[in-house]
Amino acid sequence: MLHIKNLSLSFSRYGGMSFRKVPLKIISDFNIAVHTGEMVAVIGSSGAGKSLLAHAILGILPSNAKLTGDIEFKGSRLTESRKKRIRGNEIALVPQSVAFLDPLESVKKNIQRAAFLNTGSTAKAGIMMNDAFDKYGLADNVGGLLPFQLSGGMARRVLIAAATVSGADLIIADEPTTGLDRNAIDDSLRVLKELTSEGKGVLLITHDIRAALKYADSIAVFYGGTTLEIAAPEDFKHPEKLRHPYTKDLYSSLPENGFVPVAGLNPFGDMIPAGCVYGERCSRKNELCETSRPDRKRINNGDVWCHHA
Amino acid sequence: MISRQTASIRKSAAFLGEKTFRLAMVMCLVCAMSFVLVQNSPVDPVRAYIGADANQIGTEQRTLIAERWGLDRPPAERFIRWAGQIVRGNLGTSMIFNEPVASVIGKRFIVSLGLMAAAWVLSGILGFALGIISGVWHRRAVSKIIDLYCFVLASAPVFWIAIILLVFFSVMLQWTPVSGSTPPGIPAGEITLAQRLHHMLLPCASLSVISIAGVALHTKKKTVEIMQSDYILYARARGESAFGIVLRHVLRNSLLPAISLHFSSLNEIFGGSVLVEQVFGYPGLGKATVDAGIRGDVPLLLGITIFTTIFIFFGNAAADYLYTVIDPRMRHMEKINEY
Ligand SMILES: Nc1ncnc2c1ncn2[C@@H]1O[C@H](COP(=O)(O)OP(=O)(O)OP(=O)(O)O)[C@@H](O)[C@H]1O
Ligand SMILES: [Mg+2]
Repeated sequence: MLHIKNLSLSFSRYGGMSFRKVPLKIISDFNIAVHTGEMVAVIGSSGAGKSLLAHAILGILPSNAKLTGDIEFKGSRLTESRKKRIRGNEIALVPQSVAFLDPLESVKKNIQRAAFLNTGSTAKAGIMMNDAFDKYGLADNVGGLLPFQLSGGMARRVLIAAATVSGADLIIADEPTTGLDRNAIDDSLRVLKELTSEGKGVLLITHDIRAALKYADSIAVFYGGTTLEIAAPEDFKHPEKLRHPYTKDLYSSLPENGFVPVAGLNPFGDMIPAGCVYGERCSRKNELCETSRPDRKRINNGDVWCHHA
Repeated sequence: MISRQTASIRKSAAFLGEKTFRLAMVMCLVCAMSFVLVQNSPVDPVRAYIGADANQIGTEQRTLIAERWGLDRPPAERFIRWAGQIVRGNLGTSMIFNEPVASVIGKRFIVSLGLMAAAWVLSGILGFALGIISGVWHRRAVSKIIDLYCFVLASAPVFWIAIILLVFFSVMLQWTPVSGSTPPGIPAGEITLAQRLHHMLLPCASLSVISIAGVALHTKKKTVEIMQSDYILYARARGESAFGIVLRHVLRNSLLPAISLHFSSLNEIFGGSVLVEQVFGYPGLGKATVDAGIRGDVPLLLGITIFTTIFIFFGNAAADYLYTVIDPRMRHMEKINEY
């Protein structure tokens, strides 16, 4: 349904020692595919540019952002004008936090509006809204509440409900688990997972590896603004099946696997090297890694971008 | 449900209690300060009373009048006697109108009230609309023109604007009357509403200019902030059109601060009315203030001061109260944590 090829995103900003605008690279050569009925997780650390990736797909980037690369949706190119046309009814966003809700708009009005933008009929929107209330366990009195009155888990359900009534085929969920306890995390991911059985595609953006491993059909490892590996969750059960040195290091850094930290910092902006983005921290780095970006290799039903794989 | 109601009643009672206490404090201070000011001003009440006959009246008679009024007593005693009368609701008699101060203020205030209310509503609507336009199209030409207009208005003195309007529309074009609130020489009963509005037009326009800029610039700032907020980004992501975004999110969120600000700007309109009424010879409270000052009518001046204090105090209190009523976040502060 969604194919992203070599997506790059940079900001023009004033910086460094000059008065000219210099680009700040956030995402470079990012690749991913989401198929119908599939939940794909993009995992990456905080500040890596995950939200911007979501905004890039929806065409709601700030005006100083520059986007290159190919995005294909339902078989045809997703241009900026097409994004504008289909966002909200073919692609929906579950935003990162409650701050994305209008502080003066009640839950009911919010969901009803999302449904109205989909169907264009007040009557149908009302029916869809009631269904959504039942389906997501929102009590009647919740309808009158304002965002500030919602708990984290409840806000998440409202956001997910709004995304589903929009009738979108692709749902982009940006960190739908931050700030929730274990139960609420399972709750909201289960709801998203159910959508895949209705034939929708879900792009799950998260830094919670464990949650991603539990629910996603495929995991894309996002690092230094690019994809290093796309693996099945099962691969994480056997570290030897993992293809990229970073993913292996990530595996060992999980609490249940020894908690071995990876030394150094995630590269960001000007620090992103021209060669392999993991070069600086990789134990297998050689000259080739410093000079050229690895191309995609398909290994064992997964993708990897590494010279050594 | 019942406990929520009692809680809200308790909250209102606390609000009222606090405001009453504050009003009492403010009144004490204002009375004391105006008394001291009048005391030290060059205005001589006896002389103001005698007026034109000053030459025919000797020193003895003056001393007699002063003694009769208690002007020979120490200031503290006089203040207490005066304050005692004020508390009882007796504002004294205006010398220039030869009428109780309270009734002068009442009549004049009715005239001013129409003018001020019209100017207040007009400036609120215009200022809000300009602010929204300038905020939504931030950095575009419209926004710059509106900003320039606001800065010019904000820095131009009111009486100057009033005079320009007067010269242009009343003197050169002769579209509007030069002076007064009603046509001269017509019995009060036969004056039409249209005539009154015609007379109110220019004073109202000059008076509203004062607060348009304030509301517009404040609303613009708020609107720019809203346009950059995450919830507008989300609205765009949901496929809301630019028009829908303004209608459903921007207007509502910027209206609350604008209303609240506009209530607290009542004092500007009140102050401005003194100048505007003077320029247009509009017989309202503002003009009475100037007359009382120029002709040394101490009782009227003090009465107007007290009245103005109360009026502005209620304006500010209304702003505070409205803020808690209109903003639903303030209305029910209890957070729902069932899930
Ligand atoms: N308009 C902008 N101009 C310049 N830099 C920006 C702009 N917007 C965002 N950035 C930078 O881009 C980086 C990525 O932001 P983004 O919100 O996508 O991160 P994220 O991966 O979603 O992080 P988090 O886990 O905190 O949500 C941030 O470090 C931010 O500083
Ligand atoms: Mg984010």
